[in-house]
Parts: sequence; C-alpha cells; structure tokens
Amino acid sequence: MNIKIAVIQFPAANCDLDAIHVLNNVINVQADLVWHNHFKESNYDAVVLPGGFSFGDYLRAGIIAAHSPAIDEARIMLKDGRPVIGICNGFQILTEAQFLPGALLRNESLKFSCKWVNLKVENNKTACTNKMNVGDVLAFPIAHGEGRYYTDNLKELEDNNQIVFRYSTESGDLTEEANPNGSLENIAGISNLDQNCIGLMPHPERASEEILSPKGTVHGKLFFESIIDFIKRRVS
Amino acid sequence: MQANFIVEIIMTNKEMARDPVGATIKRDLLAKKGYDMISNVRSGQYLRIHISAENEENAKEIIEDMCNKLRIFNPVTQNLTILRVSKS
Repeated sequence: MNIKIAVIQFPAANCDLDAIHVLNNVINVQADLVWHNHFKESNYDAVVLPGGFSFGDYLRAGIIAAHSPAIDEARIMLKDGRPVIGICNGFQILTEAQFLPGALLRNESLKFSCKWVNLKVENNKTACTNKMNVGDVLAFPIAHGEGRYYTDNLKELEDNNQIVFRYSTESGDLTEEANPNGSLENIAGISNLDQNCIGLMPHPERASEEILSPKGTVHGKLFFESIIDFIKRRVS
Repeated sequence: MQANFIVEIIMTNKEMARDPVGATIKRDLLAKKGYDMISNVRSGQYLRIHISAENEENAKEIIEDMCNKLRIFNPVTQNLTILRVSKS
C-alpha cells in the first residue's frame, strides 16, 4: 500500500522539515509538507503536527493553531482512528484543541530546556509505540519552554493507561532529577482513549539518525515505524 | 443603539497549577529586598478589549461567552476574571 503522511506547517513551525526528512529519507514513506490552510484529511493516512512556535505562541502555546482549519480536518482523522501525532508544539496544540486532556505550562525552571533526556515507555499499544516494549528506555532530545504537563484528572489518565512516556533516568527510574520541566508524575507523552492520538514534548524526529545522536541511538525510528505499522494493521 | 466599551480581563493560574513566575518574583526579588510582609504573588495575563455593544452588561456577556467558546483562558489551569467594563 502507498502510505501518505501529512506534516502540517503552521506559521513559525521549525521542526516541520526535520519530520519530513525523517519520514521521507529514513523511514522511506511519502510525507508531504502541507500549509495549515490547505490540509485535506481525505488525502492522508496519518497527520503529524510538528514542533516550533505556531503563531508566535501568543496567548498560550498552541491555542491559536488549535482553531485553524487543519485541526478541523485532523478531528475527522481522530474520530475515524487514523494516527494524529503532536510533537512538542504539536502536543500543545492537541491539548488546546482538546484532542488530549490536560495542559502544558511554563517549565518549572522558567528556562527554555534543550537537552537529551531518557523516556520510559509506559504503554506499547498506541499508534506510535507498538514497536516498543513497556519499560524500554529511549533517548530523545527536548527543546521547549512550556512543557510542564498538568492535568486535574491524573487518576483517569492512569486508570485508562493513557500515559505513554515518562521522563526517567537511563536505567528507567522515575526520579525528580530526571524530570526536566516539573511535569506531573514525570509525564512526557500521553494518548487519547483510542490510542490513535499521541502527544509528546520530546523530539523523535531528532533521534532517528546516528549522526544526530550523542550515543548513536536511533530510538526515534521506532516511533515512526510504529506509526507505519499501525496504519498497515488498521487498513488490513 | 450601540456604544463603545473597554473590557479588561485577567487570567491567572489556578492554585493547584504551580506558578513559577509569581514564586520567583516573590522569592528572588521581593523577599531579598526586605518585603517579607508579602506572602504570595501570582502572575497572570491581561487583555484589554475594545468592543461595540448595547450596554456594559451586554459587553461583559459577549466577552465571557467568547472567552469560554474560544478557550481564551484554559479552564484546566486558569481562572478568568473580568476586571472592569468601562466606556471608551
């Protein structure tokens, strides 16, 4: 099958081309860069909302993009089970659009945090983790100022197994020191109930090639390969 | 008959959602400069909106409705306060 993935470009996106590059040249699928006003869901099997600073992040990161026509299109994909993935600013957009619960607040340090972190996989049934094992520890970089995950309904997230990634040490311990932004319960990424919509602050597209990775790991590939696998299984 | 009003709104983080901006202002500026009578500072966002409406009550209603509908404030983490409605 000819899989097609859209990467949405909002004004001030800056990780859009990284996502396109990895999908096209590392994962070897067709990915199109689509301007947010031109996106038509019927052409695509999955959509990625990349990182950056949509609309200057004015008012709150992600809120203005959450009202864009691209999100109305993505909502159709969300409902029929196609993957809707938000990375960094894309995660902020997904919470503001209420595709995902909770909110992303200013980092507790008040600093923009840009470094490699370790993530523990908590749920391997989702559209972007089905090639991983629960308990795997992945190395991804983060680059954000507003990544402190907060929800007023933590129990529901836990009960429904919606926590996908937590910040951890290299050996998988969920310590305070491993939490780069003060996120509640070290939460780095979550999913919706149907597990086709995932948002995460770290950047898998910057962790998919050896040359970019300080320890030569390519864990980001597993993330994108999971999406492809999810699409294939969904269609067959 | 429409008239022009200014509606001022503020959005602050809920007590449950920690506010590191307010905490830093208090801890690293006010307390260090001797203002130890200050027990808490919460930061927020302020918007001053010019609007044409029938009267002050109508202006307030439109703004409240707009803020809820478009999530101008995030109800998960923020409280919305309409600070003032005045004639422009």
